[in-house]
Amino acid sequence: MRKAKALLFEMGRSGRQGYSLPSCDVPEKPVDELLPKKMLRTEPLEIPELSEVEVIRHYTELSTRNFGVDTGFYPLGSCTMKYNPKVNEEVAALPGFACMHPCQPEHTVQGALELYYNMEQHLKELTGMERFTMQPSAGAHGELTGLMVIQAYHRNRDDHKRNKVLIPVTAHGTNPATVTMAGYEVVQIPSDDRGNVDLAALKEAVDDTTSALMLTNPSTLGLFEEEITEMARVVHDAGGLLYYDGANLNAIMGYARPGDMGFDVVHLNIHKTLSTPHGGGGPGSGPVGVKERLVPYLPVPLVGKKGDHFYFDYDLPESIGKVHSFYGNFGVVIKAYNYMRMMGAEGLKQASTDAVLNSNYLASLLKKTYYIPYDRIRKHEFVVSAKPEKKKGAGAGDIAKALLDRGFHPPTVYFPLIVDEALMTEPNDTESKETLDAYAQAMEDIAKDIDQDAEKVAAGPYHTVVGRLDEVRAVRNPILRWEKK
Amino acid sequence: MEYKVVDGVKYTQQHEWARPEGNIAVVGLSDYAQNKLGEIVFVELPDIGAAVEAGKSAAVIESVKAVADLYAPVDGTVTEVNETLLDQPELINQDPYGEGWVFKVEIKDESQLASLMDKPAYEEFIIKEEKEE
Repeated sequence: MRKAKALLFEMGRSGRQGYSLPSCDVPEKPVDELLPKKMLRTEPLEIPELSEVEVIRHYTELSTRNFGVDTGFYPLGSCTMKYNPKVNEEVAALPGFACMHPCQPEHTVQGALELYYNMEQHLKELTGMERFTMQPSAGAHGELTGLMVIQAYHRNRDDHKRNKVLIPVTAHGTNPATVTMAGYEVVQIPSDDRGNVDLAALKEAVDDTTSALMLTNPSTLGLFEEEITEMARVVHDAGGLLYYDGANLNAIMGYARPGDMGFDVVHLNIHKTLSTPHGGGGPGSGPVGVKERLVPYLPVPLVGKKGDHFYFDYDLPESIGKVHSFYGNFGVVIKAYNYMRMMGAEGLKQASTDAVLNSNYLASLLKKTYYIPYDRIRKHEFVVSAKPEKKKGAGAGDIAKALLDRGFHPPTVYFPLIVDEALMTEPNDTESKETLDAYAQAMEDIAKDIDQDAEKVAAGPYHTVVGRLDEVRAVRNPILRWEKK
Repeated sequence: MEYKVVDGVKYTQQHEWARPEGNIAVVGLSDYAQNKLGEIVFVELPDIGAAVEAGKSAAVIESVKAVADLYAPVDGTVTEVNETLLDQPELINQDPYGEGWVFKVEIKDESQLASLMDKPAYEEFIIKEEKEE
């Protein structure tokens, strides 16, 4: 692997340039005659002086250092880094979509509105909800929107004492942050021995101050909540609502629906489940769906249909208002819609089947070498505990670095918090058996390396552009800006 | 015992310790907890005069691995905070029961402190927790 190279600012020679302009055809005037003195720089502008080829080589070289789903296996737990079919991009780039303006009159964008409307029908069918808004621009934004809808619902019923949201320890990491952001207090619910939410603890925590229970099902342990309908009953009986974090929907498409489990609000990460780019490549999209009694509070506008005509429906007097300019990240919705149409209902079900199969297959391989707590049939992901390896001298973080040396993006590390030295692994539906086998082999090799020389593993990686970075110093004394020496 | 557990302080199930000094309790994070968190890089302290409630978040500890709440072991009012931690959060790693203390709280109800774990009970608690994982 090539090692880190000079910055653009450290390259070049004084006077070198990558352009040549024709001579000026109007009389030249000194800049201080054109601008007031106070607006003029006192020091010369420090910009790199380079030729075009130097700039091109620099950026082309940097671009080859990107790691993404298109370059390799990316088993990031809770994030469904599945392959994004390129045809999605083609469709979203069709001039009819790409050249549209959000302020165009309704009758000139009927096709786009129809797609929006159809997408909503598909998402309703997939989740068992009544209506969807496509406005939220990602999962966490969807969470906040969902909680605001729940808040509006309680307030509208003059129920003002519900100031708590219950969150299991196996929840998605953004949930507590969203709850705090929405002005609620977080109440954590522990897990039981099987990795389910502890039902007794839930019953004890629920009361007339409970606004909602926020849940990811399957959980971040990759386990399906076995008592979900009973949990829903407990929360509903106390007047609370159920919020479904759709981060893990890739595990259950066509098999189970949050709406049928008793959830009142659901957000989907279509950049995870429905194959649109995410992770810096975004933008994302986090549609929020609700049951009938919550529809009046959804953001406006929704897209309605009268006869053959599609229109923006602003007629929701109790709406929480807008949560995004215009109608959300529509380009992303196009890609997800295209994916759903290409896959079909059976195809989406097959994707979930494959995701679950891949996860169980990979877990069965890794189990030979590593410790996997809560060992039962799992859904789309599983969590390895590198606690025994940590005792030998190289923990989850070190294994992650060693994977980089072997050409794999590491899984999510140190999360969920209930598993010590966690390596949260999600192989997803688009990976082949050969890739999974190669990953399992790499993990096995790393375990052997730890047995032989844990210290060496703990000092890696060795073949990446930069070696072991000082994470502590980076946080304590961050250097955020390059300065000329 | 792999982790340092000291006498003269009381421990919570969330791994805070509280050392009574008259009607004041000095509060910090146990050696076990700092070990689990790894290198601590940032501490958010409570305000002096703030009312804290037993079992509720009173400070935030951030390590390279995770962000964790530090829960108040007893009800009371914050009288002093360890401002040195703002520049040297690593003191919690280096000396969790000494220079790594986080804040002091005026105790409202002595019985709350009495109900917390002493050294042998906390050692047993850690051993149990380690097994469960």
